[in-house]
Amino acid sequence: MSLVHNFPFISILLCMSAGIFTSVFKPRVARMVTFLVTGTVLVLSAMALSLTMSLDDSYPYMMGHFPAPWGNEIRIGRLEALMATGFSAVLLVSLIPGFERMPGFVSEKKSNLYCIMVDLALAAVLVLIYTNDLFTVYVFIEIMTIASCALVAVRQNGHTLVAITRYMIMHLFGSGLLLLGISMLYGITGHLLMVPLSEAVRQIVDSGQYLGPLTVVIALITAALAIKSAMFPFHVWAPDTYAFAPPLSSAILSGIISKAYIFVMVKFFYRVIGMDIIISQQISPFLFVCGVAGMIIGSVIAISQRDIRRMIAYSSVAQIGYIYMGLGMGSAAGTEAAMFQMLAHAAVKSLLFLATYELINVSGDRKRFRYLHGAGYRNIPAGIVFTVAAMSMVGIPFTGGFIVKLNLAIAGMAFGGWMRALVLVALAVSTLLNGIYFLHTVVSIYRKPAQDMVYPPSEKMSPSAAGALFVSMLYILYLGIGSEPIMRLIETGLKTFS
Amino acid sequence: MWQLLYENLEQTVSVILFVIGFSILLLQRNLIRKIIGLNIMDTSVYLFLASMGYIQGRKAPIVTDGVLEVTAYINPVPTGLVLTGIVVSVSFTAIMLALTIRLYRRYHTLDIDEIALLARGEDA
Repeated sequence: MSLVHNFPFISILLCMSAGIFTSVFKPRVARMVTFLVTGTVLVLSAMALSLTMSLDDSYPYMMGHFPAPWGNEIRIGRLEALMATGFSAVLLVSLIPGFERMPGFVSEKKSNLYCIMVDLALAAVLVLIYTNDLFTVYVFIEIMTIASCALVAVRQNGHTLVAITRYMIMHLFGSGLLLLGISMLYGITGHLLMVPLSEAVRQIVDSGQYLGPLTVVIALITAALAIKSAMFPFHVWAPDTYAFAPPLSSAILSGIISKAYIFVMVKFFYRVIGMDIIISQQISPFLFVCGVAGMIIGSVIAISQRDIRRMIAYSSVAQIGYIYMGLGMGSAAGTEAAMFQMLAHAAVKSLLFLATYELINVSGDRKRFRYLHGAGYRNIPAGIVFTVAAMSMVGIPFTGGFIVKLNLAIAGMAFGGWMRALVLVALAVSTLLNGIYFLHTVVSIYRKPAQDMVYPPSEKMSPSAAGALFVSMLYILYLGIGSEPIMRLIETGLKTFS
Repeated sequence: MWQLLYENLEQTVSVILFVIGFSILLLQRNLIRKIIGLNIMDTSVYLFLASMGYIQGRKAPIVTDGVLEVTAYINPVPTGLVLTGIVVSVSFTAIMLALTIRLYRRYHTLDIDEIALLARGEDA
């Protein structure tokens, strides 16, 4: 075992210990430390990725001194390392513009606490990506919920407080379902580690005993993760939370945290239960239908929004629908497309939230579309990156969003009959709807403002923040042009899941 | 059917409590009641777990009189899970109470619908 084998564990440990230490630093230093830690995690994850690419299979990493069926372990494969790299990269570039605009939302006294929560959220995301133990999943989902609650509630605004209360209620309900599901699964199998669990699940399916409870368990855990990741009928908490949080928090929540839940779900489906059972228990058609409904209805509601932040938040619901549609197809190709969408959407959505805040900022802190006219000229970098991100959302070629839709369509073509028709129609309609509201927004930020509109002078965006937004934009373009190796990585990585 | 439910009395009761808990959490408008519902819901799962780990006639797995056979003791893992779960639900209760205090200071009511109405009039 080489040093690099330890890196995923070290990156988790680094985030958690940084969370402890940042509380005593000066605010400026705390922000610097958070930034450095995220950068280090990115480097470590990238090195772990290059290591796992040279290995055929994922490798387990024992935590503590007890081997597999008893002790806790994490498992590192190329798909896990890819996700960790992608998410930490997105967080890293979001931190620069996010921290710059923090004083408007977070008082200097509390900025240390905010940094702790960012560290904790990253730690939880990494653990959820790597862990191989279901109870660890539960504990870190709770840590992630607490961190995201604090990230949002730090803004002392009535709307934010109401939104976060709603958020917490739905998430606590989801946590309860998850805990009950895990307890029942432990009751019928006697295991919490994923590998022995999957063997026990096989036995249950073969013997036919406890098949009913197993179905209940799958339903409970799927429902819990669906609620927490804002799948369509359970999305009610999402738009307000994303819209009224500080921009960096919106970027983290909708970009990274919601994907971690879905990654856990994929792991649960492939590694613990087995996709064939998920399909035969009618779970995946349910996800498919919810995904399609979310794609269409989320976009329709987004069109009717007058607040630009709420529009972007509702488009998040639609984009999560793409992931669930891919996952719900039940085929490897569909899941691979969903995984790619997770990477692409993490980058695009966080970029959109941050760029939108810059556009709002140069429009006198007003969020309605008619006040945003001309914002693309008042802040040129933000206008450019918003336009590119919007193009990716619509699915214009050479952006990440296009590859997502292409892969989903290809995955859908493998099916026959109503499924193929539904995939293609849903993609077409949703692209059309995305086009309506995103291109409308792009047009309105480049429109001439009304004569009598007065825009108070605002704080300029620093070159480093603009640079970070541009790096993020280039990443989206890279996903659109150089997607081939990433798709191959996802494809081979998914095979190590079962 | 009834025989089966009676044989698994603890599990039946805990699932009923779970349903009661999450109904209160989702349907009550008063925030304090919601928090109480949350606690009922979580505690029901702990009952479920603890009852699963308990084996009739056996002792807690602490070696005091030199007995080392596995068959003498109950399964300690669910108990450990319950302890972890209790820590989690205590921190969640604390966070929810903190949010409730903040909302009450601002709006002088605990009714979430009323609070949402009052907040709607504010600037976002």
